[in-house]
Amino acid sequence: MDMDFSPLWISVKTALTATLVTFFFGLAAAWLVAGYRGKLKGLIDGVLTLPMVLPPTVVGFFLLVFFGKNGPAGKLLHALGTQVIFSWPATVIAASVVAFPLMYKTSRGALEQIDENIVNAARTLGVSEWKIFWKVTVPLAWPGIAAGTVLAFARALGEFGATLMIAGNIPGKTQTIPLAIFFAAEGGEMEKALAWVVFIFAVSLVVMTLMNYWTEYQAKIIPRNRRR
Amino acid sequence: MGLFVDIKKRLPGFTLEAGFESGAEVLGLLGASGSGKSMTLRCIAGIVKPDKGRIVLNGRVLFDSDKGVNVPCRQRKIGFLFQNYALFPNMTVEENIAFGLQNLDREQKNRIIRANVQMMKLEGLEKRYPFQLSGGQQQRVALARALAIEPEALLLDEPFSALDEHLRSHMQKQFMDTLDHYRGVTLFVTHNIEEAYGLCGKLVVLSGGKVGAEGLKENMFLKPPSLETAQLTGCKNFSAVRRLSANEWEALDWGIRLKVEEEPEERVSHMGIHAHHIRLARREDTENIFKCWPAFTSESPFKMTVYISVGRKPLSPEDYHLQWEIAKERWHELKDRPLPWDICLEPGKLMLLKDK
Repeated sequence: MDMDFSPLWISVKTALTATLVTFFFGLAAAWLVAGYRGKLKGLIDGVLTLPMVLPPTVVGFFLLVFFGKNGPAGKLLHALGTQVIFSWPATVIAASVVAFPLMYKTSRGALEQIDENIVNAARTLGVSEWKIFWKVTVPLAWPGIAAGTVLAFARALGEFGATLMIAGNIPGKTQTIPLAIFFAAEGGEMEKALAWVVFIFAVSLVVMTLMNYWTEYQAKIIPRNRRR
Repeated sequence: MGLFVDIKKRLPGFTLEAGFESGAEVLGLLGASGSGKSMTLRCIAGIVKPDKGRIVLNGRVLFDSDKGVNVPCRQRKIGFLFQNYALFPNMTVEENIAFGLQNLDREQKNRIIRANVQMMKLEGLEKRYPFQLSGGQQQRVALARALAIEPEALLLDEPFSALDEHLRSHMQKQFMDTLDHYRGVTLFVTHNIEEAYGLCGKLVVLSGGKVGAEGLKENMFLKPPSLETAQLTGCKNFSAVRRLSANEWEALDWGIRLKVEEEPEERVSHMGIHAHHIRLARREDTENIFKCWPAFTSESPFKMTVYISVGRKPLSPEDYHLQWEIAKERWHELKDRPLPWDICLEPGKLMLLKDK
């Protein structure tokens, strides 16, 4: 079997970058929505969660329209002399958008669990909101934020549909492991497909199992920490 | 100098309208749960924004709805002690105390931490996390943290409610000693009458979001102006009244006529007497002596509450007019005496009350 390992590096690079992007955007969105008290909360939450429930091809279609030659972002990039469609950054965009709701939902849940008095106490002590966020809010919500990050990573690693639509299947450039599996299987190279399948299977299982044990461990420590 | 508060805030179920002033002595906000006392503190600290009004601390306008002033919480310099202490669980005792001292250099920080640790008797606990501390220690850390920033006012939201009975009285004493050193405005919120009396010089009684009464604590307990204040300050016996002559009143609910020493103000609708002010009649008593029968009794460690029916035998345990509190020893002497007993409701101890 003639194995090309480029999908592995592309996948890892894409998943890590997408996780980083999702971490900050997801956390920011979670914090804003958790603190928002208006009537539009349900709608905003719905929109932010959509990429999780929509078929990846639908997400891919929207991204294609948005970043395509005639889309708003596409036009802007064109004016700057560049484009993202069918380039490596497109894999990151696709993976980030699809992984975003997992980060957002999980960390929002964790942020809303925080005892509001603790944050208020920090405010009365004269500390800036920025500092309170990183020194109090994030540490208190850390188990949830970490879980969201892991889930987002796993989801980004497995992204297929939206990636295919906006990044295409260019070996050595945009072909991630899930794409490699699909095209190997379609081309009758079942052994090659199986090798990647086993790899993804193993990585996902290990990541999720570790997370479960870690959550269990946290659950033992945190309630004591938060005793009121 | 001091704190001036006059605020309005619409809340689910009622509208909070709190107005009072506080100087150097500890001011107590006494009220039942849901009377708006915690919300008042939150408005003063800037955690919650009132709909209308003014808050001024030592000449500094913190909130003024007419002028559009609303100083953010972090610039108000108001220490807040939360009911559950709200310590940062991810930080040690030291880090908790130092959290508000971000802009100071290491040396100044250490000095303030040391001073507060010493004052709050937290030596040796500096490196512990909140979950490794007892309730009383947690409270001291919270107080040290609030005082470390040298606040101009200190707001205490039911600080003892999470402590057990034994710790509570101990902590109250320690608290008083600490507050003696503190020179700012102190506001103390509680629903516990004994705490309010023990810790505060002046009291504001809140009920249903409104200030029911305000004044020196002694007056609040012995001469409460209204029925509500009397209830909140622990009076158990009330009756609607009708005036018969200058100093004679008919207690409609008790079915008796009574002489009252107090000069009535306008709109008196009720009278009340504290359960521990009722006593057995003595030979020299001439007025307000009544025959009574016990309907039932309830026992607590050092005293007895006897529910008595006045003027006639009770038909059932629920058929009583007055609650009478007496010391256990007195009860042992009393209980075997033949019925009915003669009790005296001293004219000087009866309180005339306004309905709102």
